[in-house]
Amino acid sequence: MKQVFTRPESLKDVSTHFCPGCHHGSVHRLVAEALDEFGIRSRTIGVASVGCSVFLYGYFDIDVIESPHGRAPAVATGAKRARPDRIVFTYQGDGDLAAIGMSEIIHAANRGEDITVIFVNNTTYGMTGGQMAPTTLPGQKTSTSPYGRDVRKDGAPFKMAELLSNLDGVAFSARVALNSPKNVIQARKMIKTAFRYQVEKKGFSFIEALSACPTNWGMNPLDANQRVTDELIPYFPLGVYKNTANL
Amino acid sequence: MRYDVFFAGYGGQGVLLAGNLLSYAAIHEGKNVSFFPAYGVEKRGGAAMCTVVFADGDTGSPVVGNPSVSVLLNQLSFDKYAAKVKQGGICIVNSSLVDTGGIDLPGIDVVLVPMNQIALEMGDVRMVNMVACGAYIEKSRALKSESLAAALKKALPERNHKLIPANLIAMEAGAQAARD
Amino acid sequence: MQTTAAEKIFVKGNEAVAMAALEAGCRCYFGYPITPQSDIPEYLSRELPGLGGEFIQAESEIGAINMLLGASATGVRAMTSSSGPGISLKQEGISYMAGSELPGVIIDIMRAGPGLGGIDASQADYFQATRGGGHGGYRIIVLAPASVQEIYDLTMLAFDLSDIYRMPAMVLADSVIGQMKESVTPNSRPKTVLPPKEWVVRGRAEGTPQNVVKSLYLGDGEMEAFHWKMQARYQELADKESRWEEVQTADAELIVTAFGSTSRIAKTAISMAREAGMKVGLMRPITLFPFPKKAYAAISERCKLFLDIELSTGQMIDDVRLSVARDAEVAFYGRPPGAGSLPTPEELFEQIKKNYQACS
Repeated sequence: MKQVFTRPESLKDVSTHFCPGCHHGSVHRLVAEALDEFGIRSRTIGVASVGCSVFLYGYFDIDVIESPHGRAPAVATGAKRARPDRIVFTYQGDGDLAAIGMSEIIHAANRGEDITVIFVNNTTYGMTGGQMAPTTLPGQKTSTSPYGRDVRKDGAPFKMAELLSNLDGVAFSARVALNSPKNVIQARKMIKTAFRYQVEKKGFSFIEALSACPTNWGMNPLDANQRVTDELIPYFPLGVYKNTANL
Repeated sequence: MRYDVFFAGYGGQGVLLAGNLLSYAAIHEGKNVSFFPAYGVEKRGGAAMCTVVFADGDTGSPVVGNPSVSVLLNQLSFDKYAAKVKQGGICIVNSSLVDTGGIDLPGIDVVLVPMNQIALEMGDVRMVNMVACGAYIEKSRALKSESLAAALKKALPERNHKLIPANLIAMEAGAQAARD
Repeated sequence: MQTTAAEKIFVKGNEAVAMAALEAGCRCYFGYPITPQSDIPEYLSRELPGLGGEFIQAESEIGAINMLLGASATGVRAMTSSSGPGISLKQEGISYMAGSELPGVIIDIMRAGPGLGGIDASQADYFQATRGGGHGGYRIIVLAPASVQEIYDLTMLAFDLSDIYRMPAMVLADSVIGQMKESVTPNSRPKTVLPPKEWVVRGRAEGTPQNVVKSLYLGDGEMEAFHWKMQARYQELADKESRWEEVQTADAELIVTAFGSTSRIAKTAISMAREAGMKVGLMRPITLFPFPKKAYAAISERCKLFLDIELSTGQMIDDVRLSVARDAEVAFYGRPPGAGSLPTPEELFEQIKKNYQACS
């Protein structure tokens, strides 16, 4: 009998702590598929951040460094510079990357560090219980924006894939989503491209993955998927924002 | 034996280079050396000073409250530091820029050397620090003049080695003036 | 070691740090400019590329300490350096490194504070260095050089101790030591037997265990167990690695105690006291953590009067008082750091005289 579907080798055979309908599991799988495809698992170092992504080492069968909140790009810089023959990626949420870690991500990208950054944007702080994130949409209610995000006071959400694409050090920057089979197929392609660029030493590669957080959005998984289509994608359009191969 | 000397002037007079030069000379003689610089926040024209301590054994404190020898290159340093020279010590003063009038320094051997004038006569006022070093070794007898010649090669960058003969002449002129 | 004049070099304390780091095999440096330590990044930015090393001028002190964390996690020798305001920013990363049992060397060339303070020498970051500085209850190795030769040698020792005990090591000096130039013998790297770094992240090859460098402990009893393990390690460190210097303490009726730059000034003041016929000695801790408690306890059995001297309003004195015999008295003389507050030997001699007369 032909086996058509299996668990990627780079993932452990364990169940995750992620909530039903959360897209972290999908992103984990796509990253693991990329590591398998390029045969780089045995030379990959993952950098976990603070938030729901902190348990990276529990799910990926790779070596992992756990970073302070927001500092994953700096930690990854140190690891990659010390071991340039290794594949180094960070896995960060929106609060981690675009709020407390904005300085580290901008500078690592601008230096063109040969690392891959997987940025999971679910418009909220998941682990701490749904507070306002730098990517929370205008008007979106969270536990710290009970009247909705007021852009006059809180500023507008950061569009990280676009922002980073303006930096010369960035080789690849794309935004993907995981709320439909079509989007997942596209996301798989983009994540593979991001890792391929690192394998080929082309420089900094960045993936922003729009992700559902049904628990903190107060929705069931299907409604949360729908919200990605109805609210997130219009504000954060999918696509490739920078690809040095096309320059 | 432990020697200490304090150099002070304004930035641009080569005070720190003079301290470095004496340090290299002391190392040439096998001594342990501490060179402690201090300067104002300004890059140019601020106060500049340094203390050099050298000894066969431990140099001890790099900071000296009452120096055995002070070499003071401008009025400000003279007014501030002349009275701090240790009793029985030596105060070498750049009389081209310093008016010592009215200040009594009992128990201190005050040596007046018109350093700017001598340096100008040598062809370059920037050699004022070399004149000062010459006066220092003449009065203190703490280091040999051959050691200073050897030290110049280390203290000066390679591109300035062509200036060494002129610097040696300036040092000798400083020594001569201190003798007189 | 046999030395001759020809072997000695004449360098600044800061330059000696950089040279020693290279001799110790450090090939990764991450830093941010701040007076009075910028000679360290300047030197390494010049020298590291030619040695196949990595130099990064980071976006911030926070960036720099986290690059150190990442590099150390892969098993290489790496370093950062700073001064007060920057060391404060690094505390986050230092805490994570301590929690992750990571080695790594941090050079702190203290300047006056709080806040922006000033660029003059200070010893007021003793508490910040020896009490851990960041959150969570941890300690790091703290070495306090008193000369350019010693900052050279202790920088190499910091790398060894940090690797052996798997904790960050700090060389704590100030702008006197950092900016001063002295004749130095550039010693070779000590031949220390180091434990293999089996814990490093390197990519999980077939048949090797997954290595994770982390500080998160959520399981029942895990965090507590970590703390007890570290307490045992601190004790081992104290037993094996406490270092100090005693000068003329055998017959002393008054023992001056000071570390780093002030101990140098005190040494000359003590010579002045000896010339005046006073029986005065010096006790200088070289390791501030571990603090050489047993050595203080031992000398306080024979001398009952101590004079603690610091370039601060008194921080190390707490450790001195906790270490000496209960019937020993510890007097204090200190000046807060800042322009013009560096004491002279003559000034310290007056303090010695005052306290010595009181005891006799």
